[in-house]
Amino acid sequence: MAAISLRQVVKRYGSGATANPVIHGVDAEITDGEFVVIVGPSGCGKSTLLRMVAGLEAITDGEIAIGGRVVNDVEPSERDIAMVFQNYALYPHFNVFGNMAYGLRIRKLPEAEVKARVEKAARTLELSHLLDRKPRQLSGGQRQRVAMGRAIVRQPQVFLFDEPLSNLDAKLRAQTRLEIQKLHGELGVTSLFVTHDQVEAMTLAQRMIVMNAGRIEQIGTPEQVYGQPQTTFVASFIGSPPMNLLAGTAEGSGFTVGEQVLALPSPAPRAGALLLGLRPEHAQLTEREGEGWPFAVDLLEMLGAERLVYGRLGGSAFTLRIDGTLVPPKAGSTLRLTAPSQRLHWFDPATGQRVEA
Amino acid sequence: MITAGTSSASPDPLRPGLAWLAHAVLWLGIAVTAFPLYIAFVASTLTAPDVAQAPMPILPGAHGVDTYRTILLQGLQGTYLSPPVWQMMWNSLLMALIITAGKIALSLLSAYAIVFFQFPGRMVAFWLIFLTLMLPVEVRILPTYEVVSDLGLINTMTGLTLPLIASATGTLLFRQFFLTIPDELVEAARIDGAGPLRFFKDVVLPLSATNIAALSVILFIYGWNQYLWPLLITTDNRLDTIVVGITKMIGTGDATTDWPQVMGTTLLAVLPPALVVVLMRRWFVKGLVDSEK
Repeated sequence: MAAISLRQVVKRYGSGATANPVIHGVDAEITDGEFVVIVGPSGCGKSTLLRMVAGLEAITDGEIAIGGRVVNDVEPSERDIAMVFQNYALYPHFNVFGNMAYGLRIRKLPEAEVKARVEKAARTLELSHLLDRKPRQLSGGQRQRVAMGRAIVRQPQVFLFDEPLSNLDAKLRAQTRLEIQKLHGELGVTSLFVTHDQVEAMTLAQRMIVMNAGRIEQIGTPEQVYGQPQTTFVASFIGSPPMNLLAGTAEGSGFTVGEQVLALPSPAPRAGALLLGLRPEHAQLTEREGEGWPFAVDLLEMLGAERLVYGRLGGSAFTLRIDGTLVPPKAGSTLRLTAPSQRLHWFDPATGQRVEA
Repeated sequence: MITAGTSSASPDPLRPGLAWLAHAVLWLGIAVTAFPLYIAFVASTLTAPDVAQAPMPILPGAHGVDTYRTILLQGLQGTYLSPPVWQMMWNSLLMALIITAGKIALSLLSAYAIVFFQFPGRMVAFWLIFLTLMLPVEVRILPTYEVVSDLGLINTMTGLTLPLIASATGTLLFRQFFLTIPDELVEAARIDGAGPLRFFKDVVLPLSATNIAALSVILFIYGWNQYLWPLLITTDNRLDTIVVGITKMIGTGDATTDWPQVMGTTLLAVLPPALVVVLMRRWFVKGLVDSEK
């Protein structure tokens, strides 16, 4: 087991004036035994970063160390890692046993040891009855487990997962998520997991790295990332529906959005132009006369346990999430909203950075 | 991704009248193809004077066993003394097999290099190989003869096969197939620690098995049917292939031709390629139609 250090890691495709930078100096420390999820939209460089840790992509600049050893010029097979690919990348002509055993046989482990390790992994993953099957005779979920088995038998210091759940259906994905969590609990191997799915990220991560456009936006526990987003990108990427962001001007304990002056429970951190962030689930309805912000209801969506209410607040789009058992508001009506001050997030409109209260 | 299977849905059942027509056309096709073979067979069982009669008998005669024993074991007994047919067949077989094996080995390796490795001039190499497709044996026959003769390879099996091995068809076919191998598979093998040769042997070759089989059939027939090159490069009768042998058996000018023996030899020459196609039919179709992935 080992820690992973990324120090000012840069990736550029091409060179000179035509170079196309995709990772702009990433710093991160992943401690021994930790489960870290890298999450971000497509094209943000998260897979590239993972592939650089794996050794499948060259590192243009900076340093990657696994277990204290700088691995920039180390072959993937020498890095003591195992990787699970999105499309599983099983060898189609080997059976399940052969797929799991291949890496061990190349390393010339005694056949008895190979057999013992594969059978142990197969028991853990409930694949024992499938060892003679070829990949094409397996379901998507089973193939996924074989891919994990191939990683486990190597007993590596680090597991790398490249969106391993995206080819599974929703039910299987939820189930596999739990299995991965359980497996990490048993093996305790440092894991780096890439996904674009925030639910996967939130549920699996001990800590998550939110990436956008080749930069790290925030590193933190799921609670931190959800509770104190450091940038507007994180605020709108994590959480569904995303956090409402209202552009306006703060003055004293008032915040002007469009024509509407919103009374704040406590003064804004500074005067002038700001972005006010408020999660749909944190706005509360109030019945008291003269209190709250007027919210014009446009549309409703029933999700079962909860109901989404789309409308406008001071002319800006705003989404509200209310308990599904409440009497639904009528489209066209106006509701009044309040929010406790600890639920309000402030961001600089120019930089997108969080402004602490 | 793996799909449920490659068997396409069966076409709409033909209306009875159309089915009958389709069968009629097929039978006609078979008859047109098979009749000359039948005539050759009949001729090989007759005596030479019988064959020379104005309407040749349409039913087999009684001399078949004699004819085949003679040509197989002794060769043609006439103005041209051919080696025994078994030896010509052996030459043809050897030539076809060497060409097949050589071409497949060469094209597998060159396609592997072009698809899986990054090196300067990679695309130039590919296009050069591609361009040689425009230069079949017949076009480059004079310079090739010059080269082979300078190397002292006239009248050798090496000289017979080597120039025919260098070709691009197989390289192209394997390149197209290798391009369908997902990058992740290559990467998974890298992480598993498989070097380039190991990956070639353990993954690429087994996955190419059906393609290799299909190409082997085509190349074997190509090699077996070679005519112009063996005719030029061999002057020694002992190296005659069966295709060349047949033409030498047909007398020119005043010389008479022993047609029963020629026809028998022709039938024997048809046999191995037909056998290869029949035996390899399943693999042949599979290799051309679907892939193992």
